[in-house]
Formats: sequence, structure tokens, C-alpha cells
Amino acid sequence: MIRVVLPGHLRTLARVDGEVELQVSGPATRRSVLDALEAGYPMLRGTIRDHVTQERRAFLRFFACEQDLTHEPADAPLPAAVAAGEEPYLVVGAVAGG
Amino acid sequence: MSGVRVLVGTRKGAFVLTSDGKRKRWDVSGPHFAGWEIYHLKGSPADPDRLYASQCSGWFGQLIQRSDDGGKTWEPVDNKFVYDGVPGTHQWYDGTQHPWEFKRVWHLEPSLTDPDTVYAGVEDAALFCSTDGGRAWQELPGLRGHRSGPSWQPGAGGMCLHTILLDPSDPGRIFVAISAAGAFRTDDGGKTWRPINRGLRSQYIPDPTAEVGHCVHRIAMHRSRPSVLFMQKHWDVMRSDDAGDTWREVSGNLPTDFGFPIDVHAHEPDTIYVVPIKSDSEHYPPDGKLRVYRSRSGGQEWEALAKGLPQRDCYVNVLREAMAVDSLDECGVYFGTTGGQVYASADAGDSWAPIVRDLPAVLSVEVQTLA
Repeated sequence: MIRVVLPGHLRTLARVDGEVELQVSGPATRRSVLDALEAGYPMLRGTIRDHVTQERRAFLRFFACEQDLTHEPADAPLPAAVAAGEEPYLVVGAVAGG
Repeated sequence: MSGVRVLVGTRKGAFVLTSDGKRKRWDVSGPHFAGWEIYHLKGSPADPDRLYASQCSGWFGQLIQRSDDGGKTWEPVDNKFVYDGVPGTHQWYDGTQHPWEFKRVWHLEPSLTDPDTVYAGVEDAALFCSTDGGRAWQELPGLRGHRSGPSWQPGAGGMCLHTILLDPSDPGRIFVAISAAGAFRTDDGGKTWRPINRGLRSQYIPDPTAEVGHCVHRIAMHRSRPSVLFMQKHWDVMRSDDAGDTWREVSGNLPTDFGFPIDVHAHEPDTIYVVPIKSDSEHYPPDGKLRVYRSRSGGQEWEALAKGLPQRDCYVNVLREAMAVDSLDECGVYFGTTGGQVYASADAGDSWAPIVRDLPAVLSVEVQTLA
């Protein structure tokens, strides 16, 4: 079980409170977690990564275990504590705009 | 009893303002989609409970929302806007060629007859259509593929397709306007397009009478007379009596002919409204006085409408999507400002009163007249 914390606006969009819990088949990577997230919550497609290029939207970051994992490859394994469900994977809206 | 529903898009959410036919007391609901930019929302003429909304943010991109109950509840539908084929390039600010990149939906135009068919005007400029209530979008690529496409370039607000007019007398005819490419028309349902900018004169482009490159801010028509078009250009108010084939200036005695919105009285095809703005670098009314101008002669002769509007220290703007009319008798006129006010007139513009004063900056105003 992977735990994901979404920004408030995406929690509202997905109609979830608190963390999202996901079953991810295979290794836990950013790609597999986001694939599972979008499969469970189709309204989130296009809001975290581009529909076509699958690139991260510019003002979003990915944190876990007190590390910034934003620039890790999409298929890099996530920290073991995230894969084990001990720590959440955080999707964070950058501090920008008004 | 008849009533009106005013759909307001703002920088931080959508608001729905409702009243009965007297238009004296208003209920305000919102913000819907709080914190998101709502560039536009509009109801289906064929089913007034069917609404579409364009919701976007710098963080999370574009969403399209749909309501089937007049705005009480909403459902996100498809938000995948992918250009047909290889997108190609258009001219960039520095004169180089730049790939077409989808940024946001500026305008949603529901079909006049089918609630499930809706057009979307997007930035970078293109026209999309859904025929299943927003569940999937396809581009009408003939517009962007026009031979002039590589020469189109963005205005300061981006290269946006912001106006879509459907001809009620001819299902194959659609008018669109793009900043800063100009106006275009299709007569075959969107397969092929022609620029309709003859007669426009724009001093800010190298050839002031070029076929494309004009910064058209808004076009309006009266549904009883769809071949007569009115245009608010970057500068100049224009009129066409031949479906855009030729245009002539009707700025007449306006104090300034810069502005953004233009609209037509619901029952008088020659009565039109604009909001003069001081200049393209001073986006506020002249002399700090907010005044709508009305022509009852289809242009040239204009009268200031100021009763109930602030006549000192007013420095708001009124954006291109932010004016609409209802079709009650007598015609109601509405507009929203970047200061968050939405003003309404229940007497065709003779007098005005604010419905709300303190919304986020208003991006769009649409009105539904309810039976």
C-alpha cells in the first residue's frame, strides 16, 4: 500500500479527504504511483503530469522522507519506507503565484 | 415566472447570480472551484441546465467542468486537448517560429441545438469540439492549418481564440476571433476557413491592412441578423454587413475606441454596447469615470450611460468576455470588472446597479434567460 498526499485543490477535485492509499503493482516508482493514482482517480489526469509527454507540471514537486525527489527519473525506485507504506509520497504545489 | 442566471468567471472561482424577472434581488452562490481561474462558463441554449466551465491554474493546468442541474453540482469531464497531427509552429514574440503549445481554454460555446455539442477556443489558438458532452475533444484542424497559421503571433495576453459565434441561420457557418491573428469564418462546419479582416486597419502591425495580424478583441451579432457583425478591435469599433467580408469603422463620437467587450441588445439588432477604455497601456476608463456607451444606430452615434456607475476615481477594466445581455423585456445588460463588481441594468443600459461589489477580478460574464 502506497500512501499519497495530494495538494488541497487536487483532494477537492478527487473528492478525497486526507491521504490516498494505492495498490501499486510491481516496483514503487513515480511512474507506477502516478499511473495507479490516475487509474483510481481519472479526474486527476493531466493535473500532475502532461497528458501526452507525461512530464511533471512545472509548479509541482515530489517529496518523501524529507527528500526532494522531483528530479529523480520517473522509473527510479521510491524510498523503501514509501514502498512499505511507512512514509507518504507528497505531491506538493510550489510556492508561486497569487 | 421568468428569471435570469448570471454566470461569472473570476480569477479565483465561479459565481452564479440568480434573480427573478424583476432583477432587483439577487442570490449569489459560489465560489465554485474556489481558488481556480475560471476563464469562461456558459449554458447550452438547447438545455439551460447544461453548463460548461473552463477551470485552470498555473499549478494543475486545464480542467473542464460540466453541470446538468444549472450549476448546483459539477462533474469534471475530459481535459485532454491535443492538437491534430504534428502541431507545427507559429511566430513568436521575437520573430522566430515557436511550436504550438496548448495552454488553456478561453471560451466554451455550446451548440445552439444539441446540449452535448460544445466548441472550445484555446490558447495557443485553435478550435476544438466535443460531441459527447465534453467527454472527448477533437480539434477542427482546418483553422490552425490555414496557410496563414505560421504567421500568427500572440498578443500580450497570449495567442488565444477567444470568440466563437455560431450562425443560427446556417449550421455550417462559424465565426471566430484570435488575438492577434484576426477574425476567421468557416462556411462548411469548420473544415476550411478564410480570414475576414478586410477593412481593418491596425497601425501596430507592419502592414496596417494585412490579411491577418489584427488584434480583434471581440465580435458580436444579433441572432436575427447573423450577417451583421460588430467588432471591438484593439483600437476601433467596426461593423460588417456582409458576414465579415468587409468592415467599416463605426467608432464615431466615442471618447476612445479602445476597449474589450461589445454586445448587442437582445431585441434591437442595431443597439450595441461597448465600454471605452483609455488606451492600450492604460487599461481603465477615461477620467476615472466608468461609462458604458450605447449606439441605437448600429454605430457612429454613441451615448454615454453612466447612471449608477462610479463617476470618480474608477480605474477598473472590463475584459472581453465580461459583458452579456438577457432576453427579457426589457433587455438586461450585465458586465463585470477587474475590480470584482458585476453591474446590471434592467432597462437596456439607462441605469445600473451592482449585483456584487467584491468578487475576485471578473474574467467573464454570461447570462441565461430562464423560462
